[in-house]
Amino acid sequence: MLGLVKFFSIILIFTCGFGSALASERQFNLGAIASPAEVAGWDIDVRPDGLGAPIGSGNAFDGEEIYAERCGFCHGDFGEGIDRWPELVGGEDSLNSHDPIKTTSSYWPYASTMYDYIYRAMPFGEAQSLTIDETYSIVAYLLYMGDIIDDEFEVSNDTIGTIQMPNKSGFLLPDPRPDVVEKSTILCMINCESDTNVIGRARDLDVTPENES
Amino acid sequence: MSKKSKNSFAINRRQLLASSLALGTAGVAKSVQASEVGPSNSPPNLPEWTTYLGDGVDVAPYGLPSEFESHVIRRNVPWLTATAESSVNFTPIQNLEGFVTPNGLCFERHHGGVAIIDPNEYRLMINGLVDREMIFTLDDLKRFPQTNKFYFLECAANGGMEWRGAQLNGCQFTFGMIHNVQYTGVKLSDIVKETGLRPSAKWLLAEGGDSAGLARSIPIEKALDDCMIVWAMNGEALRPEQGYPARLVVPGWEGNMWIKWIRRIEFGDMPYLTREETSKYTDLMTDGSARMFTWVMEAKSVVTFPSPENPLNKKGLHQLRGLAWSGRGKIRRVDVSLDGGRNWNTTNIHGPILNKSLTRFTMPFYWSGDEMLVQARAVDETGYVQPTIKELQNVRGVNSIYHNNSIATWLVNKNGSVENVRLG
Repeated sequence: MLGLVKFFSIILIFTCGFGSALASERQFNLGAIASPAEVAGWDIDVRPDGLGAPIGSGNAFDGEEIYAERCGFCHGDFGEGIDRWPELVGGEDSLNSHDPIKTTSSYWPYASTMYDYIYRAMPFGEAQSLTIDETYSIVAYLLYMGDIIDDEFEVSNDTIGTIQMPNKSGFLLPDPRPDVVEKSTILCMINCESDTNVIGRARDLDVTPENES
Repeated sequence: MSKKSKNSFAINRRQLLASSLALGTAGVAKSVQASEVGPSNSPPNLPEWTTYLGDGVDVAPYGLPSEFESHVIRRNVPWLTATAESSVNFTPIQNLEGFVTPNGLCFERHHGGVAIIDPNEYRLMINGLVDREMIFTLDDLKRFPQTNKFYFLECAANGGMEWRGAQLNGCQFTFGMIHNVQYTGVKLSDIVKETGLRPSAKWLLAEGGDSAGLARSIPIEKALDDCMIVWAMNGEALRPEQGYPARLVVPGWEGNMWIKWIRRIEFGDMPYLTREETSKYTDLMTDGSARMFTWVMEAKSVVTFPSPENPLNKKGLHQLRGLAWSGRGKIRRVDVSLDGGRNWNTTNIHGPILNKSLTRFTMPFYWSGDEMLVQARAVDETGYVQPTIKELQNVRGVNSIYHNNSIATWLVNKNGSVENVRLG
């Protein structure tokens, strides 16, 4: 009898102690466990709260030179954008105008996104060739040009999650659609209200590529 | 032997081309007269192609369309983007039938060019709030329970150039950022059974292996509902430009979330707010605020014939054709107007009517030779009705770029030519 009680208590301890592990037991035995080093090599994302930001830092003073060398060719020395390449700073107070200019300083809600994107995808065609400190420095230079930090501010894994972007509160959640809803449940089929005057023709704009064949 | 047959083929092909050219001219310009006189390959004459042996097997080990279909290609609008590596082209939906898009015609949208990945070196990493951080090879993925599903994929910017007015004069350029194929793959919910998922996991980050490292956050409910990792489309391996060897499928949601060349999925307790979901695929409203996480592609339809690329060349009976789709489910009904929205007729929907898939509709009509203003209006199974552009503009203004699912208007002129117009 004593033995039976002991047996039950062992099961109980086992169930409590490893409950969550049992709940997610592998079902198919496919794939391999990733080592911490393997994960570290690919886990490059940085979240708004700074989670994932690698240890390092940089300021605008360092960033100016790196930016000129690695970024300015497309984005211009002052982030103004060359040809069709994107403007990176400026455009404040343009978002409600006829020609909104969306830049890091006018539109981007999080500085973490700048680090994340520049490190993962820039310079265009040379992805992940910047060092961690170079990336922090470029972020700092852009934030400095956008009047968001001063030239002595160290952008780092400790500070990237604390920087307040001007348009942080400019985004609406959740998605309010469907935002256009028919008032009547029965759709009009005959003699409906409709504007039938032609007020614009794509042909007149003449921006459609020629059909070569 | 092979040399001889090649030569004879070359001669015959020249003859064939010459005679088809003659047929083409006569056929379009004077169809009635032509049939009376009889072009060389029409009755009662013996057609040229009947008089010689055609190509044997294996001339094209991977078959291609007829040379007479060379106009059915993807096209882009060069002025839209700074570079072809971060750009988009358009599916020629005006030339397609049924609801399946052939693999080679599926529109492309890349943010850093097409990654070329050796399938033997492909790896999918799952990390973050899981019980086991894991790596899967392509072979591993193919050993999971398999799923085959048709889904449409539409770019959030499809129709984005038309917010302020009729701008591009083509069905392809205004509606062609869409394709519809059958995917083969594994449900994400099955992969997660292998890694385990911590209760605090509320979001995932999906990340591509391309040079853009394209990354988007997806809420856990959607991920476990119907998202898939797929390796095949329409029965064959994914095309490189569609994410070979594996991509994410996010049914009904905007195309940029369907991460191609997917290399990693990280689970977390909040969204990652990447560049694509903050600075890019957000919808600017009139007051300067912007909607974020506008994932669903709402119901939409388009008339593919007649259309700017498909004019009418004869009076009398024609079969109007078009496509409809909804990111919220199945298409319930499509109505067509030939008079700019005053009077509507319900079209024939051709099954199978699938969830979050393109759906084909047709409607017979007689063209009297008068002007027509052709429109289509889709209704999905939730009762949602495709809006007019005016209705959309009233709520969202004209700066939002994305999610323009409004009704377009094709003007059929008296000479049969068709153009993209805006009514008001």
